[in-house]
Amino acid sequence: MPLDVEARVIRNTRLSPDYNVITLAAPEIAAQTRPGQFVMVRSSHGSDPLLRRPFSVFEVVRSGDKIEGLSLLSKRIGVTTRLLFDAVAGDVISCLGPLGRPFDAVSPPTEAWMVAGGVGLAPFATLTEALVERGTKTTLFYGARTGAELFYLEWFTSRGVRVVLSTEDGSKGERGRVTGPLEQALRRNDGAIMIYSCGPEKMLEAVSLVAGRYKTPAQVSVERVMGCGMGGCYSCVIPVREGTGHHYVRSCLAGPVFAAADLVWDHD
Amino acid sequence: MTELPVDLSVEIGSLRLTNPLIAASGCYGYGVEYADTVDLSTLGAVASKGLFLAPREGHPPPRIVETPSGMLNAIGLQGIGVHRYIAEKLPELRRLRVINIINICGSTLDEYVELARILSDAEGVHALELNISCPNIKEGGITFGCSLHGTFDVVSAVKKVTHLPVIPKLTPNVTDVASIAKAAEDAGADAVSLVNTFLAMAIDVETRRPKLSNVVGGLSGPAIRPIAVRMVYECRRAVKIPVIGMGGIASAVDALEFIIAGATAVQVGTANFVDPFIWSKLTAGIEQYMQRHNVTRIADLVGSIDTSTREKEWVSS
Repeated sequence: MPLDVEARVIRNTRLSPDYNVITLAAPEIAAQTRPGQFVMVRSSHGSDPLLRRPFSVFEVVRSGDKIEGLSLLSKRIGVTTRLLFDAVAGDVISCLGPLGRPFDAVSPPTEAWMVAGGVGLAPFATLTEALVERGTKTTLFYGARTGAELFYLEWFTSRGVRVVLSTEDGSKGERGRVTGPLEQALRRNDGAIMIYSCGPEKMLEAVSLVAGRYKTPAQVSVERVMGCGMGGCYSCVIPVREGTGHHYVRSCLAGPVFAAADLVWDHD
Repeated sequence: MTELPVDLSVEIGSLRLTNPLIAASGCYGYGVEYADTVDLSTLGAVASKGLFLAPREGHPPPRIVETPSGMLNAIGLQGIGVHRYIAEKLPELRRLRVINIINICGSTLDEYVELARILSDAEGVHALELNISCPNIKEGGITFGCSLHGTFDVVSAVKKVTHLPVIPKLTPNVTDVASIAKAAEDAGADAVSLVNTFLAMAIDVETRRPKLSNVVGGLSGPAIRPIAVRMVYECRRAVKIPVIGMGGIASAVDALEFIIAGATAVQVGTANFVDPFIWSKLTAGIEQYMQRHNVTRIADLVGSIDTSTREKEWVSS
């Protein structure tokens, strides 16, 4: 059951001129959150902005054994992300969740390959914890425009995740898109793999194509313009395959995680 | 001081609601989506997402865009159709003891009649809301609601085939909404509900493209509230049947504004997107207001606006 928590900002860490990680005192939501689920956030108290915005839960934040809250990885793009970037400890942010269908974490001998683009890193910290718990061998393919926008590398490597980097400007890791190193690895691989991906939709489409080419299953976390997060408004629909055509399903209820093979990419 | 018990019940034709708060059509899915969040039997009623006879896919995304204190939507009435609604949603809604107002949409007059017939035979349907006001689809719907004859014809045709209360939902995209309400009353409507959304648009100036795939959409939210209040006030003066008011209600004060303007009940849509737990807050706020003003029956507040010193300022349309 989703909860609405008026969450105090515990801390807000700026990672770059655009990226931040904001920690919210919403332990009741954090305790229920499964990897890949999201919260609907509202950072104003008037009617501008009016609607909440969806964010993947980045970390379940613990202090010792106690769950302290949850964090969000955010990139300053619009009005709500600007408010999240500018928020300071003690501010109050309304947080509704957890919502949506989570990732299905695989167990050994299947390996987990996570493919993240930019702020699409967000759902992979909680997924990593679930995979580590299962003893699943995990790799993170992580791409960004530039090396200065690759974050939390130590967080992942310290948990035994193999990290493969790529940047569009070549300033860190391989030059080019994240699907480059992914495809090279798939070509060399002969074991069972589950791909998990989150990032811009064009990237998810490319990952799905590559995964399909190597007959590897993939779960993708999509982001659509979302009004309510609860199935009420029918705005966040995405086309899924049905017969020879498509059918719109609500990404808040049926997603945000979908089997890549179920989605129709060459359609709005 | 002991608190006065207050009576929130209202009557819409033969339908008695335990309180005047209704989840607005198109903003609450089929109701079942919220069953984990809210005890749906505590709502006055739930107005279902608009139903056609057949399933519909709706418009491609993007379907919504936020605007100052509001939002535009062009969902295009995606829906499962009446038969799947009866088979898949109504049983759970009955079990949850929900008062169901079914919103129906037709491309033709015959489709409204057919929907009304089918739903009149279904167990757990309490009233029909006629969607003659959706701004987002080309065929039917709003073409009825934009004319006196169209409104009269669809309401009288549906009334002939159902025992259920019939509530045409009116569009604000007309010159004189009160005359449409009067046509609905003359045709035998048990109540009218208003307003549906205001036809509107938003453009991305960088790309010069419309922000909605459908180019135009319907504006809802607090931005439209004062216009909606005015229209409810006008309709209340024009008809004797109950008026159900809506348009940007986000607090108890907003709901009371509509009730005092003349709404017997109110619907809440966009605000539910922001706060799905809004219902108990609205109820508590209305009860506190009634206690503070020594009003024991909410029905006594309906249309209780005092224009005695301002009547001259009112310019009738």
